[in-house]
Amino acid sequence: MIRVRELSKYYGVTKAVDNLAFTVERGEVLGFLGPNGAGKTTMMKMLACYLPPSSGTAEIFGFDILEDSMKVRKRIGYLPEKNPLYTDMDVRSFIEFAARLKGVERESLNGSVNSVIERCGLGKVWRRKIGNLSKGFQQRVGIAQAIVNDPELLILDEPTIGLDPRQIIDIRTLIKELGRDRTVILSSHILPEVSQVCDRIIIINNGRLVAAGSPDNLRDRLKKSSMTNVRIAGSADPADAERIISSLDGASVIRIEEPVGDGSALITVESSSNSDIRNALARRLIEEDIPLLEIYSEELSLEDIFIRLVTEEGDA
Amino acid sequence: MSRTSAIYGRELRYFFQSVTAYVVISIFLVISGYFFFSIFRYYNLLSLQSMQSGFAPGGLNLIDGVIRPLLGNISIIILLLLPLLTMRLMAEEKKQGTFELLSTFPVSDISVVTGKFLAALTVYAVMIGCTLLYPGMLFFYAEPEIVPIITGYLGLLLMGATFIAMGTFFSSLTENQIIAGVATFGASLFFLVIGWGAPFVGQKFAAVLAQISILYHFESFSKGVIETSDFTYYIFLTAFFLFLTVRSLESTRWKS
Repeated sequence: MIRVRELSKYYGVTKAVDNLAFTVERGEVLGFLGPNGAGKTTMMKMLACYLPPSSGTAEIFGFDILEDSMKVRKRIGYLPEKNPLYTDMDVRSFIEFAARLKGVERESLNGSVNSVIERCGLGKVWRRKIGNLSKGFQQRVGIAQAIVNDPELLILDEPTIGLDPRQIIDIRTLIKELGRDRTVILSSHILPEVSQVCDRIIIINNGRLVAAGSPDNLRDRLKKSSMTNVRIAGSADPADAERIISSLDGASVIRIEEPVGDGSALITVESSSNSDIRNALARRLIEEDIPLLEIYSEELSLEDIFIRLVTEEGDA
Repeated sequence: MSRTSAIYGRELRYFFQSVTAYVVISIFLVISGYFFFSIFRYYNLLSLQSMQSGFAPGGLNLIDGVIRPLLGNISIIILLLLPLLTMRLMAEEKKQGTFELLSTFPVSDISVVTGKFLAALTVYAVMIGCTLLYPGMLFFYAEPEIVPIITGYLGLLLMGATFIAMGTFFSSLTENQIIAGVATFGASLFFLVIGWGAPFVGQKFAAVLAQISILYHFESFSKGVIETSDFTYYIFLTAFFLFLTVRSLESTRWKS
């Protein structure tokens, strides 16, 4: 459905997007993840037919973004990062205006506008001037204009930026709902957002693709070591426990938390292999008479993966 | 067409929902009203003097004595006021970022430019339409020729369209409305006064300067004559600046 081929964009001598290539399937919710300045917004602007690429191309629904820009634009909805709106207009007039420009037929115009007003939760504010609305409602208006032509592809650039936590939850719920019946590409630098909303993630940094896959897939593929937390009773000496753990093959203690409260100590163990060492670790500690209170493995969070990836990329 | 009318409708609503159109039209009417009053009063004085002396100087008729000077003065007022109408047309879209939104809608640059141009032209038409009251008043006291009035206003409309097209173009070059306004004023003034240099240059060059001048082409309209060359001049200049505006919008995206 969307095929991006060796897409690059230069701003003067600065390369914002560097040879990006990927595909997006119909109905997929794809997240673009990357730190600020990674090239996400430039990528989105190119896909939305606003910026022409410096080299390479992209096809959306089989139409080239440069050669058949008008055909692409008819089929997409786009919410820019800064959510530009005509603040002098009231909500309904603006959505109507967007619908007319997007070629919504006159007969179905009212129905389409009413439907998006309801779907985006704008029922109470449709008469009000956009400039007088809260940031959350303005974001909803931005999404409403993007979906008023019922596009097959929705491109959302940082849709929750600048919103308060309640508004973020509302917008995420709305995006999830919109993703049920269309393809969505959204960019964000907020990890929980993409992991909660997206089926697949593309991580970019310095304009280059760093990794791509589902959140679980990425976590599995990039897990180079596993962490296990061991809590021992206060009666045992953490130094003895450290010595015993370190004697296990491939295991090393990376942190011992000072005893607090009940005197127990938490030891974080890193093992070089991906295998689960909890069984061997528990047996060995019990054999050595170390009172074991709890043992559990620590999942590598998406955040760890992201930081690791962009740091490695930066160091390279 | 529907998309052009959507842009046109939005722009027109902006002009009339904000105070912009009312302020510009009011100031225009006050100044043009003052000019009409002064010109008409002077014409009355001349008429009275000619009646007393029994000698009627040439050109002592309502068209040459009132309408033509009035339209000439109006052309100077619009030179000052039209940049205020046009300076925001494109510059504000760029400043607020809505140009990015418009560019991703399935609407061509030609539709955007045409819609905005026609909206500003409508406001201008309302503006000069209000001044029809002045020649209308003359019909209560005399019987002025109607054709020079009609052609004069047509010329004024075409001249304004040219200024608006210039303003739209300069507004597309920048995000700064002040720069757009000043540049429009400068360019309009250039086209208005360039003919004044004709007496000081050679005969051939003088003819070229006169042909470029906006005022030169207005002369025949105010006399009640529509010359094809004058009509074509205004249409060509208007289309040329609108074409430049479309190219400028395209280049904005390439330069981004």
